[in-house]
Amino acid sequence: MESQLVLSILTMGGLGLFFSIFLAIANEKLRVEENPLISKINELLPGANCGGCGFAGCYDFATKVVEGKVKPTKCPVNDPENTNEIGKLLGIEVETTTKMVARVLCKGGNAEAVKKDTEYLGPRTCLAMHYLSGGEKLCFYGCLGGGDCVLACPFGGIVMNNNGLPVVIEELCTGCGMCVQACPRNVIELYPVDVDVLVLCKNLDDPKTSSQVCKVACNGCGVCARKLDGAVTILDNLARINIEKIKNLETVPVEICKTGALTKIKAKGNGSLN
Amino acid sequence: MTLILIFLSAAIINNFVLSYFLGICPFIGVSNKISSAFSMGIAVTFVMTITAIVSWLVNNYLLIPYHLDFLQTVSFILVIASLVQFVEMVIKKVSQPLYRALGIYLPLITTNCAIMGLALFIAMKNYDFLESIFYGLGAGIGFTIAIVLMAGIREELDLADVPKAMRGVPITLITAGLLALAFMGFAGMITI
Repeated sequence: MESQLVLSILTMGGLGLFFSIFLAIANEKLRVEENPLISKINELLPGANCGGCGFAGCYDFATKVVEGKVKPTKCPVNDPENTNEIGKLLGIEVETTTKMVARVLCKGGNAEAVKKDTEYLGPRTCLAMHYLSGGEKLCFYGCLGGGDCVLACPFGGIVMNNNGLPVVIEELCTGCGMCVQACPRNVIELYPVDVDVLVLCKNLDDPKTSSQVCKVACNGCGVCARKLDGAVTILDNLARINIEKIKNLETVPVEICKTGALTKIKAKGNGSLN
Repeated sequence: MTLILIFLSAAIINNFVLSYFLGICPFIGVSNKISSAFSMGIAVTFVMTITAIVSWLVNNYLLIPYHLDFLQTVSFILVIASLVQFVEMVIKKVSQPLYRALGIYLPLITTNCAIMGLALFIAMKNYDFLESIFYGLGAGIGFTIAIVLMAGIREELDLADVPKAMRGVPITLITAGLLALAFMGFAGMITI
């Protein structure tokens, strides 16, 4: 009995020792030399591997930053503090950039947009709807409501509201641009976070058609262009704002827009989940 | 002939995932895309084959001669954990992209019960050295077949109109159950 006890202790101890020595030797022999800066910078990156920078992932980006091929600011997601920290590690100056957020340029949810007479029974993704039949709404330019952007967002920053429209949660949005690419109708665009007044419509139809397909479409009436002289131009029946020409974003009279396409983003009720 | 039968038996008839229900965690977790499922399958096959070799050696030259069969489980855990560490080092040295592609999956294999099950089955069935290798290879290929099949079905499922409450894991588990039922059709074809 005792001999078995001794034997098992010896066997297990021996096995453990053998494998630990084996691994220690292997670790020495197979060590991969890499720049310690890479892992330090990798830790300062968000680690979401979203691909917003155009590289395969955060680690790849860190490698390229160390090699000097890209600037640390090319990561659109990272905290400015962390980006500065990376600059310090590398000993280079980092210019600050304003935070970009995704904006959904469509207000035509299920309640506002006019539906087709036919019913859509195909795959419930925007891409399929866009190519197959144009989805359920008559408007050919607006949001399809399939939620491709929600799936594309690596940060959970977009949700669908009860009206069938995606809502960007500003605190979670990092401006990586994945949703911009996912949207087949280019309804989502990136804007600096302080740009508060936008035309939330993409409809290029003539005034009569656009007011038939959606209650909140911009029909290109031009009221805003006359009121805000110079800052808004009408092109292809759609108002386009030149933000630089607006002196004070606070005082833009958005209520002059009859359909409500001209919108103050931070005004009450916008971006709510209902 | 026996070798081929052992291989086929482990790969298809007594498939580790779909007949023994071992290694369900990676089977559900890593079957989102065919490409990642395939690399996971290859990694598991690799580790399984090596495990079969080393655990057979440990069992037959260390445990059985000294009548220490009761130490099988513990010593196999030790063997598998060290081997996976070693494989990780080799891959990191040889191919950086593969190392990053496998990422978390490789350490996860350490705690994969399919590999533990393989080592214990080999000890239980008294296979000889060559038979063990074929058994390990077959089990790994079987795992790859199962996980790639599953990933293919799940890629198609993404486009299907699944009822809201069933989306995600529930429909995956039902699919896995149906796949297992289909594999039941092979049961009893080869009995080794």
